[in-house]
Amino acid sequence: MITAEGRLLRTAAFDLTRKLTGINWFLVLLISLLAAVGALSLYAAAGSFAPYAKPQLIRFVAGFAIMLAIALVDIRLIARVAWPLYFAALAMLALVLRFGSVGLGAERWLSVGGIALQPSELMKLALVLALAHWFHRASWERIGNPAFLVPPLLTILAPVALILKEPNLGTAVIVLAIGAAILFAAGVRLWNFGLAAALLGVAAPIAYAHLHAYQKARILTFLDPARDPLGAGYNILQSKIALGSGGLWGQGFMHASQGSLDFLPEKQTDFIFTLFAEQFGFIGSLALLSLIALIVFTAIAIGLGSRHQFGRLVAFGIGVNFFLYAFVNVAMVMGVIPVGGVPLPLVSYGGSALLTTMAAFGVLLSVQVHRNVEFASQQQESL
Amino acid sequence: MRREKKRLSVFTRRALVAALGEAGLFGLLGLRLYRMQVIDGARYATLAADNRVSARLVAPPRGEIHDRNGTLLAGNKPHWRALLMVEETADAKASLAAFTRLIPLDPAEQERIAHAIQLHQPFIPVLLRDYLSWDEMAQLAVNAPELPGIVVDVGTTRFYPFGPDFAHLVGYVGPPARSQLADAPVLSLPGMRVGKSGVELERNQPLTGQPGVMRLEVNALGRVIRDLSRDPGMPGETVRLNVDAKLQRLMASRLEKEQSAAAVVLDLHNGAVMAMGSTPSFDPTLFDTGVPARQWKAWITNQRAPLLDKAGTGLYAPGSTFKPVVALAALSSGAITPGTRFFCPGYFKLGQHRFWCWNHGGHGFLDVTSAICQSCDVFFYNTALATGIDQIAAMARRLGIGAPPPVDLPGFRAGFVPTREWREARGKPWTLGETVIQGIGQGFVQATPFTLALMAARVATGRAIAPRVTAAVGAETVPPEPTPDLGIPEPFLALVRQGMREVVNNPLGTAYASRLSDPNVQMAGKTGTAQVFDGPQGVDTASLPWRFRPNALFIAFAPAAAPRYALSVVVEHGNEGADAAAPIARDLMGAVLARDPANRQIATGSVPGTILPGEPPT
Repeated sequence: MITAEGRLLRTAAFDLTRKLTGINWFLVLLISLLAAVGALSLYAAAGSFAPYAKPQLIRFVAGFAIMLAIALVDIRLIARVAWPLYFAALAMLALVLRFGSVGLGAERWLSVGGIALQPSELMKLALVLALAHWFHRASWERIGNPAFLVPPLLTILAPVALILKEPNLGTAVIVLAIGAAILFAAGVRLWNFGLAAALLGVAAPIAYAHLHAYQKARILTFLDPARDPLGAGYNILQSKIALGSGGLWGQGFMHASQGSLDFLPEKQTDFIFTLFAEQFGFIGSLALLSLIALIVFTAIAIGLGSRHQFGRLVAFGIGVNFFLYAFVNVAMVMGVIPVGGVPLPLVSYGGSALLTTMAAFGVLLSVQVHRNVEFASQQQESL
Repeated sequence: MRREKKRLSVFTRRALVAALGEAGLFGLLGLRLYRMQVIDGARYATLAADNRVSARLVAPPRGEIHDRNGTLLAGNKPHWRALLMVEETADAKASLAAFTRLIPLDPAEQERIAHAIQLHQPFIPVLLRDYLSWDEMAQLAVNAPELPGIVVDVGTTRFYPFGPDFAHLVGYVGPPARSQLADAPVLSLPGMRVGKSGVELERNQPLTGQPGVMRLEVNALGRVIRDLSRDPGMPGETVRLNVDAKLQRLMASRLEKEQSAAAVVLDLHNGAVMAMGSTPSFDPTLFDTGVPARQWKAWITNQRAPLLDKAGTGLYAPGSTFKPVVALAALSSGAITPGTRFFCPGYFKLGQHRFWCWNHGGHGFLDVTSAICQSCDVFFYNTALATGIDQIAAMARRLGIGAPPPVDLPGFRAGFVPTREWREARGKPWTLGETVIQGIGQGFVQATPFTLALMAARVATGRAIAPRVTAAVGAETVPPEPTPDLGIPEPFLALVRQGMREVVNNPLGTAYASRLSDPNVQMAGKTGTAQVFDGPQGVDTASLPWRFRPNALFIAFAPAAAPRYALSVVVEHGNEGADAAAPIARDLMGAVLARDPANRQIATGSVPGTILPGEPPT
């Protein structure tokens, strides 16, 4: 008892200075570098600080403060709000279907007191926290029991279904992938994944056969934008031309002949990577990809350094989340995968995505700062 | 603990597998980038250089300007023009050279085009030549293969159906200045025009509209293969004016008979500017198509200043039309009472100096009403002296002279009323003699025809009328301005109005000859004859050279019993207000009353509305 109390006192005595020195400042530097690349690209997109770069920088400063504030919050407190946060995000997703405003053909935004919220952004973080909390207590044997996997499966599929209904297939697939990644890292047996893949393979054609003709057409266009040459296909074609014309060294900052013109629609959001790649060429693009990869690997390293399962899974989940967004966006602008509406985190213009990304990094830093704390429940389990 | 260890080792293993997978996927992206940017870079660069999909900004059609009844006052007329699409040709200079072999361009034009090509603003074609003739079009069509990037398309010219009649009021458009281009590249589009004066300038923004975008697929020669999409943009809004086109044209035809004149007609119920004109005028279309140097020289050397809007910016001594202001200042300040009478022996003596009445024989004893009626100068010399300059100046501003003009047009001038401080600030004391001549609207005081009409409107209503030229922009109606009471006691206003009524309707009045022909409707008015130089007394001013003759002025409102319209007429060097200005006022007032739907039954002045010259060209 005395030792336990002593430990608790010691954890409570974590003072601000020690927490601040515990922050992974290298990661903070990487994040700031990426945001700087974003501001630079947004500046180039408009040729001036207005209308993109300036508000984005202001939001980054706000996001930076939020990130540091969250980093100092005890990870156990974060674990305690994991489920409430998840259900709040789920409720907002349901609300967005009823009351959300339509942006670019899909209902994704919820306006709360004048602030536009994108609940799917919030859900990505909430899902990671909720699943990590579920598997935090689970022993290796319990995970082997399929019945134990039903609640987390529902936890993943509920938001996926709501996001699909918006409809936003791209985000739904990413959320599904994040969920799967956490199940994988938590130790769910590999045969479970095999079974799920097989089920999906069998179910998809059946579900497809039951769709209405217009729904099929929509999916086909989604899978192959070239079917719609004046819409998405036009964007991808122009993006590829701009990207390719960057060459080895690029056209130079502010010399993007294609990107700066209106050939590139949505250049400040989805196609910001194209604009960057045209100006800075293969060398610059490779550097940008390396920066993103470094952030992802740092996140996974933080997970490996955590002494509690919650921290491991949260860090891993946030890293995977970041990776998926960056990968899908870059692959999309290169025309590798036919998805739309996925921004490049920290670089694309957009307040909601930036703030949730920074909040997620705050949680990641909190894992790092509190890597050695002990959860009461974990103690009891191990005793 | 063993189980915890197992869990940790599984996490570690799987996290590393995932990291490896992610690294692999990043590697694939890198390879793809290498292929696109390094291996295929040159091919994409070629594609980028002559991007097969080209976009063109499309100039929005400028909004029309209508009169109150929907008559077109300013519209757009199509014409053919040749454009050079720099993006759609490999060698813009070669195309231009081929073009000049077919259609010669003068050196200044060539310089402008070379500059525009060098500037190369994306999607903005370079205008080579406006107003192509049929022959030139045929030349271009036959030689099309040698003219890559050159297209013939339809441009628009600003078109003013009534030409000079509305030139000052509606204004004109012209190519944007180079300084404007920096802020709004859209203005570089061929055919884009900006308002330079009048309503065209005041309402330039809603008239301009939003540019559209046209996406085109072009082949390697720059020929358009097909339209991909068209965003038509937003045409400019239609601006509807309060002006009545027929009244305005009548005004123009009446003013044209004078060498240099201006007039304003206001509706007192809503402050509408019914007509406002200045003569001589000019053809506003020329500013769009280009003013020939000879024409420009003729305009700016003309002493009658055709380019100047005399109605809003011409400054004139108001002469005796200023007397109602002096009378109201005197009554309001208590300097005179309604019963005050002054004796007019034909002159007024201040110290050793004699100030003459226009009637050297003298008017005898007069009260304020009969002094206005007969325009007795001596009465107002006495009154001004008793009132003092500061009271007169304050009343003039209250009635709209010397204060910023409350109107929705740019550049209107306030006129001027002197004060003691103004004079003293220039190091000279205010003298009583200066106060005396203020009494008859001479000396430093200056008014524009617009401010004179405003003054007449305010005397007629006792309210702070604020005239409006524009009735509606698009679907949005311009609300009438509030017209607060001026706070001048009604009995005083009634005395002055009675005096003005007698000016026109009393056989002793100075404008009795210009009364309305309909005995049921009376016009109230005030004549003014303002000297433009100090000549010797007793000279017949009509025999002087034109530019030394006095200015003729007239202000009026009608019906006198229940005022509905107010107006002012100024005829430069028209000699006598009663002879030159009052008849024009009578014709305009008769016409506006006849055109008022509420007064259809009233047979009016000598010029009924039906004899208005000509119908508008269509």
